[in-house]
Amino acid sequence: MEIDELYQTIILDHSKRPRNFGELPPPAGKGEGYNPSCGDEVVVFVSQAPPGTIEHIRFTGQACAICMASTSLMTTQLKGKTVDDALRLKQTFVDFLTQDAAPAAGLGNLQALGGVRKFPQRLKCATLGWHALEGALKNVSA
Amino acid sequence: MGPDPLAAHYREDFPILNQKVGGFPLIYLDNAASTQHPNCVIDEVARYYREDHANVHRGIHALSSRATKLYENARARVARFLGAASAESIIFTRGTTEGINLVASSWGAAHLGPGDIILITEMEHHANLIPWQIAARRTGASLQYLPVTGDEGTIDWSLLERRLQTDRIQLLAFTHISNSLGCINPVQEICAAARRHGTVTLVDAAQSAGHAPIDVRELDCDFLVFSGHKCCGPTGIGVLYGNPTLLADMQPYQFGGEMISRVTYESADWKPGPHRFEAGTPHIAGAVGLSVALDYLDTIGRTAIQANDHHLGQLAYETLSSLPGIRILGPKTERAGLVSFQLGTIHAHDLVAYADQFGIAMRGGHHCNQPLMRKLGLQATARASFYFYNTEREIDRLAEVLRAAIQYFGV
Repeated sequence: MEIDELYQTIILDHSKRPRNFGELPPPAGKGEGYNPSCGDEVVVFVSQAPPGTIEHIRFTGQACAICMASTSLMTTQLKGKTVDDALRLKQTFVDFLTQDAAPAAGLGNLQALGGVRKFPQRLKCATLGWHALEGALKNVSA
Repeated sequence: MGPDPLAAHYREDFPILNQKVGGFPLIYLDNAASTQHPNCVIDEVARYYREDHANVHRGIHALSSRATKLYENARARVARFLGAASAESIIFTRGTTEGINLVASSWGAAHLGPGDIILITEMEHHANLIPWQIAARRTGASLQYLPVTGDEGTIDWSLLERRLQTDRIQLLAFTHISNSLGCINPVQEICAAARRHGTVTLVDAAQSAGHAPIDVRELDCDFLVFSGHKCCGPTGIGVLYGNPTLLADMQPYQFGGEMISRVTYESADWKPGPHRFEAGTPHIAGAVGLSVALDYLDTIGRTAIQANDHHLGQLAYETLSSLPGIRILGPKTERAGLVSFQLGTIHAHDLVAYADQFGIAMRGGHHCNQPLMRKLGLQATARASFYFYNTEREIDRLAEVLRAAIQYFGV
C-alpha cells in the first residue's frame, strides 16, 4: 500500500526509539518547532565546538511518527558537521521532499522520508525538526 | 425496524458518499467538521445560479426581486427552524465564528466594562473563546471559565447558580454539544438560571443545530449561532439568532453597502432590523441552499436524527472501548454522535493517515480545543463524528482498521 512508502520500517523504528533524545544544557543553542495544526512540538539543542562545527545535537518533543523519525534521523547525520553543511543538508532534504527531480545525494537514511512526497499534507511534519535546527544554530549563547 | 433506519432511506441522497478512496468505499466520519450535501441542496444552489441570481435589495428588475425574495424567504425559514418569533431576529453570517465575533464586538462593546465578568466553559471551541479574550482585553472585563472535570469532560453546572448569584456575570457563552468531548450541555436549565440573574446567554449550536430540535423560545437564550455547512447546507453561510430587544440597540459590526438608510459625506444612518448587521452583498446562494437543507432535515425529523446520532455515538463508544490502550474522551452515556480518542501511543495524525488509506475520513488534531487538550494531558486526538447517513457497519469497519493500526504501528 501507498502508506508503507510513508511509514518505512526505519521510520517506525526511529519514531519509537528516537536517537539522541534529550536536552543539552546551555550554552548549547536551542530552537523550537511548533505545528499549530496538531500541536506538535520539537525542541532541538546544538552545541558547537569549535564554533561553526556541531559538537553535540539532541532533541525533545512529542510529535507524530514522521516528525519524530525525521528529527531523529537528522540528529544522526549532523554530529561533526559544520553549520554550513547542516544548512545545506536541510535545503537538500526540503528540495528532495518538494521537487520531483531533486537529487538525493548526501541524504543517506533520510531518503526513507521520500514517501512524504505523495502526502504533501505531511510535509510540515517532516520538516518541523529542521526548522527547529535552524533556530538552534542561530541561538548559540555566547 | 432494521439497523440504520435513516441511512437506509436517506444515504442515497448524498452523491459524494458513493465513491471509493484508495480502492475502498468512502467512510465519511468527519461530520463534526463539515457535513455532506444532499442532491436537493446541490440542485437548488445550481438552479438559483442558473435562473434567479442577481444582487438583493437594490435592483428593481425581475431577477433582483426574485433573488431578494429567495434570500428573505430563507431568513423566514431559519426563523421557523429555530422557533424564533420573527425573521427580524435572524442575521445571516459567514458561520458560527462570525456570529460570535459579531456579538462579542457589537454587544460586548456596549455592555462590558471593568468589573464585569464574561463566563465561558473550558470546553469551548476556539471560536467561542478567542473573541471573548479579545472582548475582555478591549473592555476591561474579566474572562472566566467553568471548569471541566476529568476525562469525562462534564461540567458541574450546579456551580453556576452560585456564581451567577455572587458575581457580576454579564454574559454566559457555552456550547450545546462539545465538538471534542461529545457531551450534551443542558441548555434550557443553564439559560433559565442565567435569566433569573439577568445574565445574557450565547449558545454555540454549531454541533447541535443539524442534530437536535432547537427552539429558541423554549431554550430562552439571548443569542444562538450555527453554521450552514454542519447541517447539510453550503459553506460560508451561518446564522445568528438574537433576542430582538438586545438586537434593537446593538451597533453594526461592519459598515458599508446594504446596511445603511441615509448616507452623507459626513455621516450615515443604519437600516433597522437584521440588515443592519449584514454589510455588503451577502452569500445569497448560501442562504438559498441552507433553506433547502433545513427543509430536508425537517423532512427527516430532528428528533429522529438526534436518536440516530445517540445510537451511533453510543455504539461507537462501546465498540471502540474494546480496543487495547484506547482512551475515549467524554461521558460514557448520553453521548452525541461523535467519539474523540487517543489510541495507545499512536499519534492522531499517523492514525488518521492510516485510516485514510482504507477510505475512512476522520479528523486528527486538537479540534480547535487547545487549552482543553492541554488540560486533559493530550496534544491531539482522532475523532470520528457521525451523521444520519452513517451506518453501524461503518463503525465496525472503523474498529477493524484501528485494530490493524495497532499492529502496524506496533504499540
